[in-house]
Amino acid sequence: MTISWSRKVLLFGGLALAAFGMLYGLQYALFAEHPTLDQMGGSLAQSFDAAAGRDPAQSQAALERYGETKYNYVREVDAHSHWVGLAMLMMVLGVVFDGVHFKEGTRQIIASSLLAGSVLFPLAVILQTYQHGALLPKALAIVGPGLVITALMAAAWGFSRTRSTA
Amino acid sequence: MSARRLYIFGGIGLIAVGLMFGDIFAVFILHQNASRQGEALLAACRAVAAGDRGTVNEIFARLGSMLEDRGTKVDAHVHMIDAGYLALLLALVQPYVAISRPAKKLMASLFIVGGVFLPVGIFLIHYVGLAYSPFRAIGWASVLADSAGFLLIVVLIAQAWGFWKYLGSRQLAEPELPTDGGMPRRALLTGGTILVLLGFVHGAYYAGALLYQHEKMETAILQRMIGASTNGNLELAATEVNNFGNLAGARAVNLAAHSHIIEFGLLAMLLSFVQPFVFVSEKWKRRWVKLLLGGSVILPVFVLLELKLGLLAGGIADVGGLMVLVSLIGMLVGILRYSGTLDVRESLPPESAL
Repeated sequence: MTISWSRKVLLFGGLALAAFGMLYGLQYALFAEHPTLDQMGGSLAQSFDAAAGRDPAQSQAALERYGETKYNYVREVDAHSHWVGLAMLMMVLGVVFDGVHFKEGTRQIIASSLLAGSVLFPLAVILQTYQHGALLPKALAIVGPGLVITALMAAAWGFSRTRSTA
Repeated sequence: MSARRLYIFGGIGLIAVGLMFGDIFAVFILHQNASRQGEALLAACRAVAAGDRGTVNEIFARLGSMLEDRGTKVDAHVHMIDAGYLALLLALVQPYVAISRPAKKLMASLFIVGGVFLPVGIFLIHYVGLAYSPFRAIGWASVLADSAGFLLIVVLIAQAWGFWKYLGSRQLAEPELPTDGGMPRRALLTGGTILVLLGFVHGAYYAGALLYQHEKMETAILQRMIGASTNGNLELAATEVNNFGNLAGARAVNLAAHSHIIEFGLLAMLLSFVQPFVFVSEKWKRRWVKLLLGGSVILPVFVLLELKLGLLAGGIADVGGLMVLVSLIGMLVGILRYSGTLDVRESLPPESAL
């Protein structure tokens, strides 16, 4: 019993990505999430507190800190959940990928695209927290989901083809 | 019970309980919590207008607790369902995991234990807090959740190692699941793929067109709210509190629709593989599948429509969730009724079983 290269990419890549995504989530929960949440809530409270003390500059600075912290928090959590979610999708497709009725070469391209997109898309989300508005994260944030959506559409097309047309 | 059946039974059970918890949370807690948050913000505006810093800090301590209450409940719901999905996935890949049968069973049991204690730990974070904790920011409930998460990671790494061993030997550890090509399986696979694709397209649209706009709007609304309160214009502040609530609602329904449609798509695809273990007549299998796919469309669509139709849409969305839940319980009953023919095949060498 042999397993095709494309299925190996999806199954092994999916398992590895799920473990990585979970490890990322675990380290974030252990070392960063609680202080981040404290800072987020604290900044908003400080902003209102400073406004009550009639200190608009302090209030504005605290509000900006709140916006910045929330921006980063949302993306950290999104990256974790998207890595694990995309990994699960890869594993599911890995089980039925022989039903994608294309030549193995085409299936390899689809599987590799799905793996690349699944790694790059959440990575781009994380990179946005280091450099807001930078070109590379923006480009990766477009390329990553593009690869995933194209690969999924190709897989759906492959599923719909009959075996004889492959 | 084989490791594969343990994963299937535990996985569907985790998903069913997670969905039930989500439905209860949505009906009895979510909207009430949102309105309490609005009231607290309004009270904070009044305190700012009065220059009462003590009351401001008191209100924000309460608001923080409310947000933690909501956040941990959403997280418990999501993590329980995701652990269920992973369990179903691991059931599928068992033939390609070359480790001994007892080790596989142990791994499956550990995974289910981790899948139960992770959301339970998250749920308890709000109630246990930092009581008796030796750590500065992490309470015992967080320790329970993190330990359970670590257990899941260990099991996943062991499965990856087993798969690596399989790649060396190329020998199936157990027979693959039968590829029964009936209507329930095809409908679940096709419907699931379409749901996932729709979810991706909606997510890409939201991220590209609305996410940054919503983030900018939030800070701008807060700025206007604080400014109006400082100037003593409580009417304008109340309008901004209302705007803040509407924006939070818009973000929440978009994110919920995106995540639910993809998760239900994945669930449908996963359930298509375990149909051989669902021991009910073809007619009932078809009924459960229709109910599941119907609920999977109704819930995210009506969650999105909540912005336009209000609580009516919310109620219909909850019915959608209930439909998925009932269908899952129906399948779970079918798995309980299953006599174990496939388990017997698993105990034989793959060649003879096939």
